[in-house]
Amino acid sequence: MAHEKNTPKTVYGIPASPGIVIGKAHVVDRSKVKVMYHYLISDDLVDQEVARFREAVEKAKEQLTTLKDRLPDYVKDHAFILESHRMILKDSMVYNATIKHITEDKINAEWALKKTLLDIKNVFQEIDDEYISNRISDVGNVVERILRNLSGKQQESLLDLKERVIIVAHDISPEDATELNTSKVMGFVSNVGAKTSHTAIIAQALGLPAVMGLGNITDIVEEGCLLIVDGNTGEVVIQPDDDAIIYYHERQIQRERYRSSIIRTSYLPAKTLDGYEIAVMANTEFAGETEAVKENGGAGIGLYRTEFLYLKSNGFPSEEELFNDYKQVAEKIAPDPVIIRTLDLGGDKFLSYSNKKEANPALGLRAIRLSLKNPQVFKVQIRAILRASAYGNVWLMFPMISGLSEIQAANRILTEVKKDLDDAGMDYKRDIRVGIMIEIPSAVAIADILAHQIDFFSIGTNDLIQYALAVDRTNEDVAYLYKPFHPAILRMIRQVITAADKAGIEVSLCGAMAGEPCCVPILIGAGMKRLSVNIQSVPLIKKIIRSISLKDAESCFEDIMKLTTANQVEAYIKAFMKDLLPELGENAFI
Amino acid sequence: METIKNFRINNELGIHARTAAMIVELAKKFNSKIYIKKNDEEVDGRSILSILTLSCPKGSEIQVRIVGDDSQEFMDALTELIEDGFGED
Repeated sequence: MAHEKNTPKTVYGIPASPGIVIGKAHVVDRSKVKVMYHYLISDDLVDQEVARFREAVEKAKEQLTTLKDRLPDYVKDHAFILESHRMILKDSMVYNATIKHITEDKINAEWALKKTLLDIKNVFQEIDDEYISNRISDVGNVVERILRNLSGKQQESLLDLKERVIIVAHDISPEDATELNTSKVMGFVSNVGAKTSHTAIIAQALGLPAVMGLGNITDIVEEGCLLIVDGNTGEVVIQPDDDAIIYYHERQIQRERYRSSIIRTSYLPAKTLDGYEIAVMANTEFAGETEAVKENGGAGIGLYRTEFLYLKSNGFPSEEELFNDYKQVAEKIAPDPVIIRTLDLGGDKFLSYSNKKEANPALGLRAIRLSLKNPQVFKVQIRAILRASAYGNVWLMFPMISGLSEIQAANRILTEVKKDLDDAGMDYKRDIRVGIMIEIPSAVAIADILAHQIDFFSIGTNDLIQYALAVDRTNEDVAYLYKPFHPAILRMIRQVITAADKAGIEVSLCGAMAGEPCCVPILIGAGMKRLSVNIQSVPLIKKIIRSISLKDAESCFEDIMKLTTANQVEAYIKAFMKDLLPELGENAFI
Repeated sequence: METIKNFRINNELGIHARTAAMIVELAKKFNSKIYIKKNDEEVDGRSILSILTLSCPKGSEIQVRIVGDDSQEFMDALTELIEDGFGED
């Protein structure tokens, strides 16, 4: 291909899955099919056109079946979406209606399909229930697939890749994501997407470096050009020169070597030099990750997020579905604990509330507020968690508690569910530990009051920082104000630990802060005994703990509490870390 | 043979995609045709999209009409499915 050789260019996106990868770009085309419209001039042509349509539908049916069969275990919930798409294919409103358009209006299959889609859209628009009217997007997906088959243009499958490449795409759909698990995909970059999107989570689970939210990466990268993807920093270098390749290659090797040296020691307990043991636990989202927690030396699961099953299904997951998932985790991680957090979603993600637009979703109906407003749905989850508690060391945690009344309301429901289970003669752990997330400043202010009502606190620093400093860190104009080292945040953490110690309850920290190497001395110096971090960070955080004495960490924290700005704290801790672990270098932030 | 029966939808989520899919799946096992009616609007019970267009949240009253040689068996199976709340808890 004769095109001008580009000079190296670096673009920045959202670091969605860590790791560095250098390789050839493969641009995946997911653009829509262009449709031609024409009339059929003879009856012979009508019959041919109907046959062509039937063939395209049959092919689509086979494609969906193949996709479904290839689903890896942890995305089995996609199966229903694919199954419903297969039903829509042969649905009379689609299938019979299109054939009718072809034969009666004497138009080609593509045109007929478009007409069918328009008809269905008109009917669905009339429906008052937003959840149901939104199903039109499923019909759209199915129609697009048939159109593609009609055009003879293959929807390219990632499974057909011939060489190892970095995928460049506008978006990685759930259907694509199920195909990422192949030795040919080295990593991927996309125009849209966020760190918490399910595609990113799948990339993390597969250990594929990924950068998302790049805006227009598909426009500026050419097929086959060399790319460097740094999933830690969000950097993507297009057409790197030799210097850049050498630089990243060294970082890649350094990182791998460092990680493997740390992983080799990950089974060692996280004991400080002066003999105090800290529990380093992991944050997870899928039952399938439990094995990795143990492999990386995690002392249990400090935060099990439960949103996935709710987001994946059309409708709410059943008690059995939830129970089986939680039970699997509890059994695998036992005797170590798993802290299951009840649903932490915003109202916008909840189907029955989807028609309400909130002016301030972060301050709106979400997490425990939403659960308390939907006690029937909440009870199903509590039942599933309680039942799973019979199979391991399960702790129950409520998110976004702002005051005492929410704990009381949640506990009332818990008591009711326990009674239901008793009546049904079902087994569960009667004295299951119940705790709350501390992520709203009001909860910090009255931590001493709340501590008497529950068994443990878990500080969620991501939200706490956002609410305490009134900063939305995704808003680039104010993101610079998002500072974990802000003295106000450090005082709040200290205050929560003091309240917990006084009441004799457990306290842990599960935000991103716990996984930042340079925060470790601060946190354990403040008296934190439990940290919960990303699975990949467990070995490193344990190593840091083994390199420091609690005494030194405490005096470090005392010094820091005298400082007055976040910048001073940051400068202090960087110097401290350099003395403590010089070999960490830039890896202090992996 | 024709069998007609009225139902009240009692499961929390009403008839959404998953429940509609269950009805369509069930219909495949029988020869009889099934029609579902709500507020004088009757649709083909073998079409997931048509069922959705009826929009049946919890508490909806529907009338089911099954026509064919195995209509009674079909109605019995459907009754079990609906009364079980479509397996929801």
